Amino acid sequence: MAATLKPYLSAVRETLTAAICLQNFDSQLVERHNKPEVEVKSNKELLLTPVVISRNERERVLIEGSINSLRISIAIKQADEIEKILCHKFTRFMMMRAENFTILRRKQIEGYDISFLITNFHTEQMYKHKLVDFIIHFMEEIDKEINFLKLAVNSRARISAEEFLKNF
Amino acid sequence: MGEYTPNTNYLNHQILTARIAHSQRLFNGFTAFLFTVDKSSNSMSEKHNFGIAPVTCHSFNRDRTGLALSLNDSNVKIYKKSGQKWQETDTLSEHGQRVTGIDWAPDSNRIVTCSADRNAFVWMLEGDKWKQVLVIPRINRAATCVKWSPKENKFAVGSGSRLIAICYYDVENNWWVSRHIKKPIRSTVTCLDWHPNNVLLAAGSTDFKCRVFSGYQKEVDEKPGPSSWGSKMPFGNLMAEFSNGGGGWVHSVSFSPSGDKVAWVGHDSSVSVADATMGNQLMVIKESFLPFMSITWVTENSMVAAGYDCNPMVFTYTGSKINMGAKLDQPQEKQSGNIRCSSINEMPKDWNPNCLPKNGDSEDGGEESEIDVIASAMNRFKNLDKKGTGSDTATELKTQHQNTITQVSIHTGTKGDASKVATSGVDGNVILWDLKSLESSIQGLRIS
Repeated sequence: MAATLKPYLSAVRETLTAAICLQNFDSQLVERHNKPEVEVKSNKELLLTPVVISRNERERVLIEGSINSLRISIAIKQADEIEKILCHKFTRFMMMRAENFTILRRKQIEGYDISFLITNFHTEQMYKHKLVDFIIHFMEEIDKEINFLKLAVNSRARISAEEFLKNF
Repeated sequence: MGEYTPNTNYLNHQILTARIAHSQRLFNGFTAFLFTVDKSSNSMSEKHNFGIAPVTCHSFNRDRTGLALSLNDSNVKIYKKSGQKWQETDTLSEHGQRVTGIDWAPDSNRIVTCSADRNAFVWMLEGDKWKQVLVIPRINRAATCVKWSPKENKFAVGSGSRLIAICYYDVENNWWVSRHIKKPIRSTVTCLDWHPNNVLLAAGSTDFKCRVFSGYQKEVDEKPGPSSWGSKMPFGNLMAEFSNGGGGWVHSVSFSPSGDKVAWVGHDSSVSVADATMGNQLMVIKESFLPFMSITWVTENSMVAAGYDCNPMVFTYTGSKINMGAKLDQPQEKQSGNIRCSSINEMPKDWNPNCLPKNGDSEDGGEESEIDVIASAMNRFKNLDKKGTGSDTATELKTQHQNTITQVSIHTGTKGDASKVATSGVDGNVILWDLKSLESSIQGLRIS
């Protein structure tokens, strides 16, 4: 399995590098407004073709580009019930604090577990290659994090079961 | 805040100062060869920093002693050159939203600015103060770009309301009158360029098309003679329309000095040239680069384009195809204190000082690689300490611009024979590139 991780991540990296070519773009629909086109979807000529990169049916990334913004949605691997719960709790924890993560979207896209929204204002303030690095790093770490949580939950369950059964 | 000093990346690295001192010693010893090698980052380009905010657009005055630029806000800042520095002399703050276009007319010394607030202003120097005249281009979305015509008797404004406004001064009413070109533009007009005959106008837009219109105004223009784009030019007439087949928003468009060719760059990473003398023949080049944001001709057959790669690139048009020349920003010989290796496990392999990249002068190679080893070892352990990783964590890009280049303009010379071009970037820098000395130093670069 690990053999597919590297090409998967490098495909995501290349796609992001090409997709994070954003510029400041004022709305051509509403006067004096400036909105992320990927969210408002007001003009279809300003949107790029969405790209799905998938490693297997459970792990995939959706990259939706537009002239001034970009949406990245990640589906995280969830093998069993406990991983599903952990993943839900973990992403919810972060999305509730979305403003602290700057590029995190408050709500995920349907069918995915977590979404990021990068606008031209982010690329003006931050290095583009570092943004890409961050997303890739996040993808690498989230699996590890969930595995770690799962182990911790299991070992804790074992200990508490042990303690509980001591009474009988 | 008033003063900014030019600086080069080169000088920022303390570790290199020893080497610079060394090469200057050699230069003083009449080693001409070493001079050309070592000055690579000092005299072929000149970097001026204007803070950390993006330079949205810039324009120079005729003798290049004045510079007007917008730092991504509603103000236009005017700078005057004093020695090697740019001194801020004035701030033009009449716009209500982000300024999107500035053009400084060389002969009449007037500045026209346009903004996302849908207005344009013409600024005239009275005494030492800039006085503005409001121009209402009658657009109901943001203005995106503005350009004086070559004779400076009118200007064109591109806008998000899917039209181009051509504005000229009506003496009788003491008012700038605006005329619209609407058809067949189907999306935001992103870029404009005037033909040298003062009548034709090239426009690129986000509907993936590049078009040539007639901007003839019978009130101010003499009847134009026939051009290679056609002989009948009533106002608003579509002379030519091009699509390069891909689906890229057109970011920038430029007429060649003769006006016979038009070049444009699109978001599909393409550079296209259409030649009117050869029956509107279309040439497209797509290579492995990121999209360009701006393009300008620097001779009748060469163009400089720059954009998301943060590196200006030269293209030449031969009549049958477009060739990619070279990147103008040749990477620095070496950033001090970086080893490229992807993980800590690779460390022993890279740890051999002989594997480290060497720089040009071999005379003091031994002594220098020692310095480098110490520096890179220090950096490695610093990174291990700070960030928990020993891999390459260099934040800075290898190019001089650290973010997207927003605009390329001619600095010295004309479109027909430019010797210096200026680029402004989202990183807040304006860099001047000396094409003549770059041409002689970069192998395989021919600008003709």
